[in-house]
Amino acid sequence: MRIVNRFLKRSVVAGAAAMLASLPARADWGAINMPRGVSELSHDIYDIHMTMFWICFAIAVVTFGAMIVAMVRFRKSKGAVADQKLLHNARLEATWTLIPVVILIGMAIPSVDKLIKIEDTSGSGLTVKVTGHQWYWQYEYLGTGVSFYSRLARTSDVARQKGSGIDPRTVENYLLEVDKPLMVPTGVKIRLLLTANDVIHAWWVPDFGMKRDAIPGFINEMWISVDADKPGTYRGQCAELCGADHGFMPIVVVAKPKAEFEAWLEEQKTAAAPALAATE
Amino acid sequence: MSHAASHDDHANGPPKGIVRWLTTTNHKDIGTMYLVFSLMMFLVGGGFAFMIRAELFQPGLQILNPAVFNQMTTMHALIMVFGAVMPATVGLANWMIPMQIGAADMALPRMNLFSFWLLAFAFLLLLSTFLMPGGAPASGWTLYPPLVLQTGEAFPLAIFSIHLMGASSIMGAINVIVTIVNMRAPGMTLLKMPLFSWSWLITAYLLIAVMPVFAGAVTMLLTDYFFHTSFFNAAGGGDPVLFQHVFWFFGHPEVYIMILPAFGIVSEIIPTFSRKPIFGYEAMVFAIASIAFLSFIVWAHHMFTVGMPLAGQLFFTLSTMLIAVPTGVKIFNWTTTMWRGSLSFEPPMLFALAFLFLFTLGGFSGLMLAIVPADYQYHDTYFVVAHFHYVLVPGSVFALMAAVYYWMPKWTGHMYDMTLAKWHFWLSAIFVNVLFFPQHFLGLAGMPRRIPDYASQFADWNMVSSIGAFGFGLSQLLFIWLIVKCVRGGAPATAGVWDWPHGLEWTVPSPAPYHTFEKAPEIH
Repeated sequence: MRIVNRFLKRSVVAGAAAMLASLPARADWGAINMPRGVSELSHDIYDIHMTMFWICFAIAVVTFGAMIVAMVRFRKSKGAVADQKLLHNARLEATWTLIPVVILIGMAIPSVDKLIKIEDTSGSGLTVKVTGHQWYWQYEYLGTGVSFYSRLARTSDVARQKGSGIDPRTVENYLLEVDKPLMVPTGVKIRLLLTANDVIHAWWVPDFGMKRDAIPGFINEMWISVDADKPGTYRGQCAELCGADHGFMPIVVVAKPKAEFEAWLEEQKTAAAPALAATE
Repeated sequence: MSHAASHDDHANGPPKGIVRWLTTTNHKDIGTMYLVFSLMMFLVGGGFAFMIRAELFQPGLQILNPAVFNQMTTMHALIMVFGAVMPATVGLANWMIPMQIGAADMALPRMNLFSFWLLAFAFLLLLSTFLMPGGAPASGWTLYPPLVLQTGEAFPLAIFSIHLMGASSIMGAINVIVTIVNMRAPGMTLLKMPLFSWSWLITAYLLIAVMPVFAGAVTMLLTDYFFHTSFFNAAGGGDPVLFQHVFWFFGHPEVYIMILPAFGIVSEIIPTFSRKPIFGYEAMVFAIASIAFLSFIVWAHHMFTVGMPLAGQLFFTLSTMLIAVPTGVKIFNWTTTMWRGSLSFEPPMLFALAFLFLFTLGGFSGLMLAIVPADYQYHDTYFVVAHFHYVLVPGSVFALMAAVYYWMPKWTGHMYDMTLAKWHFWLSAIFVNVLFFPQHFLGLAGMPRRIPDYASQFADWNMVSSIGAFGFGLSQLLFIWLIVKCVRGGAPATAGVWDWPHGLEWTVPSPAPYHTFEKAPEIH
């Protein structure tokens, strides 16, 4: 009996160890913080986020520290006797009202000029109109006649069906791949005009730092940029609940050096021209 | 003589059986009904959460289709907010406010009963929407148009159930205010009143101020849906964002409606188990009042991404951060109440301390969310989900559990199983963190909220979170078992119950007689 017990115990321990050992191999345990991103705004926002985090961390050390000290030092079981006269202390109370005010103002001020920069969409080199639909995106390069839809890639769409029998882990960029990505040039300020056709959506690529709602009947503005030395593919998702397939309308942006982007745009223009002619 | 005695009994005791619960106007009976109702709704809402976390256990769709998933998140929130947390606080108000201020009952007993049954009916109506063609509402509890206008047959029933909940809440709030203003025992001045009653007095004003606003907002949805008005339809000259402003003008005070009574509870419990009066009583009252006032001028921090003027964003950032000041005062005062106290760690104190730590943690993430540029990243991600679950679950819900552990011996006349209660506490406290802490990581790493399926990079922390959810959910079965055991029997409780009882409720026997303070007590 005892041997069986010991055997069971050992195999449980061994199993748990094997599971733990296998975890880092297949995992993104490291993805626990905001990405620093690839744009001026995302760097700013990341810096604000980290500053806030460390200020909160410091306050937490002090307040949680005081609570823990009180819980350890003033235990009845250790013979602590209550000091029934500790009821008020005007100076102390004023201090812990005023100090937070100062800290809070200190927290808010650095974000003001960043916010002013975020809201300034002037001087952009390219304007793209982004329209949210249930459940895909539409991109129009204003003034060029280039316009296309961007939907969840077929591979993901098949795998995501209930009972598809396909393990999502085997699908490359599961739920974060589209049939036709948004192309942008690197090192250029790009103005996005956001609107929607049916319900509210929100356009968000974490690596660009910004998120803004696409509201039917209204046009919202924001700007993004990709650092000149960071061409690549960046992925995001709709961030405002927009119905059943809200989780299935990803955003993929491919950033290319300016010359390559211009070549691509010219190609699209020629491709779009016959279509335009036909509609005229 | 004997006839007179039996007649007296009849007048003083409750009728037997179901008739008692249908016709009672006794504040203790109504309080019990609210609390039992809240526990039932906690299980229903918890069941929905269970299904959400089961679906999110791994990537891919296994259990729910996306439309049903959205119904689950929507109904989970509506039921937990309006069916579990709010009625629990109303139940506590019914039981404890008259006993804390030395009143014989609530001021408006019939309205009290009416507001309970209205609430029960409202939830019957809301839950029945699952049977409607098109299913239950699936637009999130925030009911944003135009999406909410895509709801099927369930739409008018959901709106009507919200109207009923609102009417019930307003009546409950009026009752609390009238009771506290008129029925305090002689000598019980406002600034002698226990902090739980104070917190509810202020909560009641918040309810009266904002529930009609919510009712107005959903009524506009109703006319947009059925009568072709265009309040929220841009094609007819309306504005979908207007709804968000009106909703959050209600919605932000609403979160304080859920947390202020929790503050009151914790302010009762920490002194009892520190064996010393609350530190800075007046400051505590003033802090609750300031939080309540500020809650009216912060609403747009829920909607920084809708495209607001710069000045508006700065205003709502600053006003939101200001709330940290009175909240900080409360946390520092609770800590100082423990300072130089004589602490013991019975179950109510354990839950109150977990509240103190974990609510503060939720406060920190709240502070981070208040800063606009950073909020552009956090908004509508799991970071927000983690934030508000920290302030609501180990915040409000833990405080409510603390209240049950604190006052249950007074209600039932029995002590409960302390070992079981400690198991319940430790399992809940550990699993609630396993459940919600990883959601901070998920949100920061880029996972949006309200999605039924996710990219594989989010798989690991979602699995951890789901394991925490299953553990937390199952731990609550201990709570129910413990309550049933305590109601049925247990060691008799003394009048004071605890080592250092303070307040009028501990001067009456346990269990509290059906009628208390028929003659007003003397307050010194």
